[in-house]
Amino acid sequence: MQNRCIIIGAGHAAAQLAPSLKQEGWQGSIVVVGAEAQPPYHRPPLSKTFLAGTKTIDQILIRPQAAYEKHGIELKPGVRATGIDRQTKTVQLDNGAALGYDKLALCTGSQARRLPLPGADLAGVHYLRTLADVEAIKANLADTRQVVIIGGGYIGLETAAVLRTLGLEVRVLEMMDRVLQRVTAAPVSAFYTRVHTEQGVTIETAKAVTALAGKQRVAAVHCEDGSHYAADLVIIGAGILPDVELAQAAGLQVDNGIVVDEYALTSDEDIVAAGDCTNHPNRLLDRRLRLESVPNATEQAKTAAATLCGKRKPYASHPWFWSDQYDMKLQIAGLNQGYDDVVLRGDPQNSRSFVAWYLKAGKLLAADCINRPKEFMLAKQMLAQGTRATSADLADETVDLKALVGEHPG
Amino acid sequence: MPQIIYIEANGAEHEIDVPAGNSVMQGAIDNMIDGILAECGGACACATCHCYVDADWVEKVGPPSDIEKEMLEATPQPQENSRLSCQIQVTDELDGLIVRLPESQY
Repeated sequence: MQNRCIIIGAGHAAAQLAPSLKQEGWQGSIVVVGAEAQPPYHRPPLSKTFLAGTKTIDQILIRPQAAYEKHGIELKPGVRATGIDRQTKTVQLDNGAALGYDKLALCTGSQARRLPLPGADLAGVHYLRTLADVEAIKANLADTRQVVIIGGGYIGLETAAVLRTLGLEVRVLEMMDRVLQRVTAAPVSAFYTRVHTEQGVTIETAKAVTALAGKQRVAAVHCEDGSHYAADLVIIGAGILPDVELAQAAGLQVDNGIVVDEYALTSDEDIVAAGDCTNHPNRLLDRRLRLESVPNATEQAKTAAATLCGKRKPYASHPWFWSDQYDMKLQIAGLNQGYDDVVLRGDPQNSRSFVAWYLKAGKLLAADCINRPKEFMLAKQMLAQGTRATSADLADETVDLKALVGEHPG
Repeated sequence: MPQIIYIEANGAEHEIDVPAGNSVMQGAIDNMIDGILAECGGACACATCHCYVDADWVEKVGPPSDIEKEMLEATPQPQENSRLSCQIQVTDELDGLIVRLPESQY
């Protein structure tokens, strides 16, 4: 009988893992099961072009359903895996079927962190993680004038940018002292606050939301300091949590994500995991990480596919991220955690184009590049090559960074 | 339907029918061609769909936008005929287009 690999989850990681298995020489069958109704789609546009209505569902699919079939990949959207029996090597599905596997890949991703607020179940209160979430939000927009967004992270700010552009009155309530506090330095937070304010969004910081009020539909948001704001739509962007339920129930090692090694292998030698759901080591950074990003899902999936085919391709790359708001393309190279110095190149106070470099003991950790695609690309190379650059060089617009990176091969 | 010819760095050749209106990148992704990663899904954010347009086609395909140009200049192996394949929209005029894929998308 032919070997079978089952991939649980149908997001970015699965969409890469399945074809990578073929490329690595997997001879057996490949079955992908995903709880969401659609084939794997690009998740980042959900809070950007898809919410804005400039892209349709078909335009954000990673590839159409037919493309999987054409390449011998059995893709089953709308089917949720409910259990894994590692003894009998079987996956239980919510349609009643049980499917045996020889190899198993967990690409379960993550889910929106829910806030246990009174009134969170009122109509008009939404999270933004899945295509279904965004369709529900869009269905409300015609009757919406005032939006309150809880959480000034990337999802919250991207959503604010789109809804403001659509002409709605938008207020962002952030619990910390500044937006993006967890992920950027103060000058970058100040920059985004300025731009959103210029665009007509109201940003309020140090606002702890305590309750959502309304009869059937949300009407107001109440904060700990006694303030309250009228709202006919509330969107909560409070971060995401790895989806580890199945792995945990199956007795796999789980610790802030499904624990895998640098080959994406879990504590079971027939089971790999890839993407948002994993806690994985990164030898370049010399520590374990859980990342919430597409490049992480894609690249770890390639490693996982190789592992399932008996090859060894360690996963170790420098993380990167992006965020689009208004006319600004933010591209982030590296991880800034632990930085002791921030160097600015360009003027975040008066322009919409600059770089914030993050250093630790003089060594480059990361760069936030706003409308600076060239610097972003160079930052990626500097990280990969361990290029040394002084703060003065990084700050000086007249210094050609390309020269610092050195000659390109070819 | 326009046919696009993708040639991987190792010489592997793929002749693919790509519907007009799709990008050259999407044609590669739909057909699971290994040499194009396309991590950002066509947002012009990552430069992992870098390709070299065959010399005979450079004029028909046209030049990159400013943002794309800046990204291309900092890719590992930029050339005069470099483009990001997510930014090339397939049209009937591009039937027969040949693109070569670089060795590394990093």
